[in-house]
Amino acid sequence: MIHVNDKDFVVPGQILAEDDFYSGRGTYKDQKNVISSLTGRISLRNKKISVIPLKSKYVPKRGDVVIGEVSDVRFSLWELDLNSPYSGILPASEVFGREKKDLNRVFKVGDVLFLKVVDVDEVKKVKLGLKGRGMGKFRGGLLVDIAPTKVPRLIGKKGSMINMIKDKTQCKIVVGQNGLVWIRGDNEMEVITKNIIKLIEENAHTSGLTNRIRDELYLRVDGEIPPEFNEELEPEYNSQIEEINNLESNYSQDNQDNQDNFINENLESNTLVNDSNGEDSIADNNSNNNIIIAKETIVEEEIINNGPLYDEEGLENPQFQDFKSEVELEIQQETSTNGDDNEDNISKNKNDVDIINNRNNNINNNINKNTNENYNNEYLSTNNDSDKIASLNDLENLNKFTKKKNNEKNDGIPKIKPVTKKGSFFDNYKNIKKSSKD
Amino acid sequence: MNIIPEITRESITHIINENKRVDGRALDEYRNIEVENNVISKAEGSARVKIGKTQVIVGVKPTIGEPFGDKPNLGVLMTNAEMLPMADPKFEPGPPSEASVELARVVDRAIRESEIVDLERLCIKEGKKVWMLFIDLHIIDFDGNLFDAATLAVVSALSTTKLPKATFENNEVILNEEETENLVLREKVAMSTFVKIGDKMVLDPALDEESILKARISVGITESGKICAMQKGGDEPLSRENILESVEIAYSKNKELISKLNGY
Amino acid sequence: MVVIITNNETKKGRDDNRAFDELRPMKIEAGVLERADGSAYLEVGGNKILVAVYGPRESYIRRLLKPNTGVIRCRYNMAPFSVGDRKRPGPDRRSNEISKITAEALRPALLLENYPRSMVDVFIEVIEAEGGTRCAGITAASVALADAGIPMKDLVVACAAGKVNDEVVLDLSEYEDKDGQADVPVAIMPRNGEITLLQSDGNLDKEEFSQALDLAIEGCKKISEIQKEALVSKYGG
Repeated sequence: MIHVNDKDFVVPGQILAEDDFYSGRGTYKDQKNVISSLTGRISLRNKKISVIPLKSKYVPKRGDVVIGEVSDVRFSLWELDLNSPYSGILPASEVFGREKKDLNRVFKVGDVLFLKVVDVDEVKKVKLGLKGRGMGKFRGGLLVDIAPTKVPRLIGKKGSMINMIKDKTQCKIVVGQNGLVWIRGDNEMEVITKNIIKLIEENAHTSGLTNRIRDELYLRVDGEIPPEFNEELEPEYNSQIEEINNLESNYSQDNQDNQDNFINENLESNTLVNDSNGEDSIADNNSNNNIIIAKETIVEEEIINNGPLYDEEGLENPQFQDFKSEVELEIQQETSTNGDDNEDNISKNKNDVDIINNRNNNINNNINKNTNENYNNEYLSTNNDSDKIASLNDLENLNKFTKKKNNEKNDGIPKIKPVTKKGSFFDNYKNIKKSSKD
Repeated sequence: MNIIPEITRESITHIINENKRVDGRALDEYRNIEVENNVISKAEGSARVKIGKTQVIVGVKPTIGEPFGDKPNLGVLMTNAEMLPMADPKFEPGPPSEASVELARVVDRAIRESEIVDLERLCIKEGKKVWMLFIDLHIIDFDGNLFDAATLAVVSALSTTKLPKATFENNEVILNEEETENLVLREKVAMSTFVKIGDKMVLDPALDEESILKARISVGITESGKICAMQKGGDEPLSRENILESVEIAYSKNKELISKLNGY
Repeated sequence: MVVIITNNETKKGRDDNRAFDELRPMKIEAGVLERADGSAYLEVGGNKILVAVYGPRESYIRRLLKPNTGVIRCRYNMAPFSVGDRKRPGPDRRSNEISKITAEALRPALLLENYPRSMVDVFIEVIEAEGGTRCAGITAASVALADAGIPMKDLVVACAAGKVNDEVVLDLSEYEDKDGQADVPVAIMPRNGEITLLQSDGNLDKEEFSQALDLAIEGCKKISEIQKEALVSKYGG
């Protein structure tokens, strides 16, 4: 027995249904009643009732991509304001290797970064990371703040809305799932984009929004409303509108799968670098997370081939900076120390630096050989972020592997211990090393 | 966000250096101003003022008290400001902060020095009993520029304040609640606040502009054109030109502000 | 204005001509402030109450935070100009007590398990007072909490009953509060009738108390409709 319809407006304490209905997000079950706990609108999917809140704060979740502002610089980490009840920390190890530099010189208070939520524990302590496409510090541009619940609407189905705006205003736009949006372009276009985004936020619940925004865009940019769309395109928009109206109900925190799907679909349109590379459609794997992995692959490949992937004007990612001198120093130091329980000691021969540089060429070949499954195992290990694959660059970034394992004492200084999991990048290294001895 | 991001600081400064503002106003343009009187019936005088989204409520409560020793024939004005924690996520509950004390004193100065209230008329019995007017400012929503809103609200509240008729008989003050008389204001006063961003002086800062200010100056001018109060704030200096320019613009805006008061 | 009931007339009409179970006219508006996460404005009789909610948010007062759930903090305050004789600004003992019981009245309804180590701040400001401000404050606070998107089991609602001229009546005005014989503020979660605030001030026998309690609960249920209406008219369209 249900008392409400889909999209009805409800308030906390309102009885929504009885008996055999399931209680989704924004509701709770009391004996046999499903009751609303939020002010918002009903989302009814089969027998599951959820309430999409009108207002809510962003709560960080692992895997989210967010925009944050540095609020404090401490000894071995940065603290970031995520526009949330929970601030995040970005460990220095995300940027530095063994030789830690002055953190303040890399990121200081007031800097705005594009980051990934690496982990969130039970008391909502948030750990952030920079290893992802287009992540790092923003330069110039301006920030817009919208309600996190409106982010799906802003992006649109498969990025339709956001791409429409990007195309028309020629601005770079990066949307954080925490409701912060970064815009960069011509000054006038920046302002237009910002106003359009605010307009979308205000009207997120209405239908036909994509069309109206399209008209507004043309009006503000060109000064006139565009001619009628031809027939073929309109039905597409209409179906997109229908999908978008369903989007917010998909944006449900306890519906992990939906969310991952959603994020992945939109991550493509969400990043700084334009997807001109057709190989992006490597993401034709079934698993959600493989899509992210596939992108990592492309990142690494391109870095090795062409140098940094990002647009230097808008974004800088310090993890790709030149640490060559430090690396050589490390090799020197390493050669004089015991290998500990390293299965793969770094070669005592300085010439190995060259060998390792050469290895890059092999990596190109090997990346394609490594299955996504391996990457999955590496990337998705939930408990131990020391298993994460660092950027597969030349030795300059070798120190990325120096993450402490979970049960190791954290003295803040990463040790140079290559990750030696099966199927890891270092397997290739082993092969090379062997061959160099022959 | 508690700390203003560097990007935002740059983008606002950039726009202002081009003589434009984030909300589209001119550098010397006020936001929408609304003045409402007699909003609190328990208070003898009250007003609510909105400048943009900034909202201030003022209540005037008179009591009978003793005059100051050195001014036995003058009534007393006491101004207090509370920047309520509801007005901004960064305002904390507790005793008045430096900022709220400054706000109260600056507004008080404007009222007092302009002599808008004839304090002699507030004297009931010289040396013994005078009217003490408590002016309480309640900041309920902060979106930049409290000085101007507060001054307007105080003047507006005073202009509609009604005091019971007071007589002194047999060593006692007799109050006749039935007969009230309006507080007589000699003239009105209004204040204009500017902030320095980049190289420009910007009138009526909104929240985002106020949070990146280098310096601020508030100028209080009476209806008859006298400067009765001035206050510079902020951590950085102002040039002589900055100040004179602000005074100039404050003069030109004075009529507009006073007219908002006369709307009632 | 005050009507003095002389001894000649023994009619038991209330000073404002209300029936014994009649509420004063009330209006509630949601979402009235710009900066606060949630807000509400309530008028009942001569009362004017403004409530703002911030949260869930971080707090630097670590000792108040809990590792497994969010917490609520209330501050009830009366403006100096809200009462006949000016009240000195700042908290006094009465405000302190009311802040505490307000928080306790709202807490049972909150569902903050998903917001560990966070704080919800409720700021209740009485800008004009006319009897029954603590109940009005709680009622408005619920609307403000709902406006802010704080998850709750129900909208807590409060109302006072009491005894005036030997009669048990609902929703005491200021005069009735001052000159009455008893004042019983009550807050409930209307859906299941659970009581989250109960105070009694005055002299009542068992029968009278029971009547007052029931009357107050009835009043609460009626006010609950006004709360919901405030949210619907702001956002429901």
